[in-house]
Amino acid sequence: MSPDIHPTDLGAPLEPLPGHASRGRLERVLRRGEFAVTAELNPPDSANPQDVYDRAAVFDGWVDGINAVDASGANCHMSSVGICALLTRMGYAPIMQIACRDKNRIAIQGDVLGASAMGVQNILCLTGDGVQAGDQPGAKPVFDLDSMSLLETVRTMRDEAKFLSGRKLTSPPNVFLGAAINPFAPPYDFRPYRLAKKIAAGAQFVQSQYCFDVPMFRDYMAKVRDLGLHEKCFILVGVGPLASAKTARWIRSNVPGIHIPDSIIARLEGAQDQKREGKQLCIDVINEVKEIQGVSGIHVMAYRQEEYVAEIVHESGVLKGRKPWKHEPNPTDATVSERLEEIRQGKEENQQDMADIAASKPH
Amino acid sequence: MPEIYAPSPAGDKPKIGNAGAAKKAATGAYVPGDVSPNRRVQRRYSIRLWSIRHSRLLEWFYARFAQAFLLLHPLWNAIGYSRVEAPVTFVERRVKGMLFDCRMCGQCILSSTGMSCPMNCPKQLRNGPCGGVRADGNCEVEPDMPCVWVKAWEGSRNMVKGDAILNVQRPVNQSLRETSSWLRVTAEAAARRQASEGAAP
Repeated sequence: MSPDIHPTDLGAPLEPLPGHASRGRLERVLRRGEFAVTAELNPPDSANPQDVYDRAAVFDGWVDGINAVDASGANCHMSSVGICALLTRMGYAPIMQIACRDKNRIAIQGDVLGASAMGVQNILCLTGDGVQAGDQPGAKPVFDLDSMSLLETVRTMRDEAKFLSGRKLTSPPNVFLGAAINPFAPPYDFRPYRLAKKIAAGAQFVQSQYCFDVPMFRDYMAKVRDLGLHEKCFILVGVGPLASAKTARWIRSNVPGIHIPDSIIARLEGAQDQKREGKQLCIDVINEVKEIQGVSGIHVMAYRQEEYVAEIVHESGVLKGRKPWKHEPNPTDATVSERLEEIRQGKEENQQDMADIAASKPH
Repeated sequence: MPEIYAPSPAGDKPKIGNAGAAKKAATGAYVPGDVSPNRRVQRRYSIRLWSIRHSRLLEWFYARFAQAFLLLHPLWNAIGYSRVEAPVTFVERRVKGMLFDCRMCGQCILSSTGMSCPMNCPKQLRNGPCGGVRADGNCEVEPDMPCVWVKAWEGSRNMVKGDAILNVQRPVNQSLRETSSWLRVTAEAAARRQASEGAAP
């Protein structure tokens, strides 16, 4: 039996382990030194919980954590808190993203407590894209905190059991803290120091922006190793398939912070089947980055191609036969469904009968 | 529907800069009629950039200036810090506004950010650049503006105490906005000095 399954309740948080900040699977996998895989859930534009369940089901048995994005690209979708509520209900291990763009420190600290109460074990602290990038450029950008002060705030809540104001918490949110890195944007020589800063502020794992330029990432990692940062924090490399050369061009010029070298676009353009080539390219990148010292896992962002995540993870062989936790029926589910079945069949408790039984059988 | 909800007339050529925003404005999202989607397209940033290029000089100058301000502590105390606040804030706003495009956050960290004011970042980041910096080193939100943090890193490399850029900064205390940072720093330094003098003998 996998060590990442609760012995009696499959969906429940695991027993706390020494040296672990959270009770989640992702932290356990990383701390055991196994290669972790996380993926990003495409948030639905709907109020239907089934949409979230369907989108999460494609990752079953292939990933260690599912990122619930917080209006990525400043586009309005179902909130990360809502997605996490649904995912934890079904026993998935979500990584809740918090962007500083939409909420001030009061809202954020409340959400952290709420998330942890729902069973969220991992929180990823982000600055967030500017509102101009999204579908509602007229919105007020909040940015009360930034990713760094957000990390510090959540760490204070967890480790010192108090709010930013100093007011005490009766039960702290035990979460595994993450942050994002982008080694592919200027100022390049500041980027490793910025990671050091994030670690100082509380980051325990980081997920990177899409990596399409492996040599550039290798240089970054060399600097990170020189600073000894790979020993203080788990680094997950962001990867993903490009659907076509045209998409790649569009992303390069319209999505902030994504660097796609010309050679990648040329390779896609030269291919017979661009979609297939995009997937192969993603697998090639994974195979290259997994060998880089200091890389602890990958973060697969297959936007609108989520069904390929399983294939990509399988073909790259990064799991080495390990099976991440899979959503399985929960033992308590049986009780619930039995009860639901009784209700459906119209079996009711008749209070008169119950009173008669009680009267004829006195204790 | 009132006129103001109408997108800008189709004949209008999109202004230079962030074309994405102009296109979105034309889709019906509310944008006031005559406002450019690129808020500060007319700015040149030349004085701000001069200050960053001369960050070392300004660092040296500010150290002297802060000393002088501290020497004047008895004077500020005699007049009363609350009474001197308004005129000092007036001067500070003008001087720092010209040199750094200061936004009067009231808790100046220019010495830790290579003399590049982080409040000019559209996301007001105080701990380093976001992941959206363009390949040419310009801002994600305002494509014509050099990223405040790319410049901050350059400026900090010229400064003696430039490594202060590596310290994690606390979030802005919004209740200190529009107050004088100079006076606060002076009052705090004076209080520290007094505390150490009180403790020493």
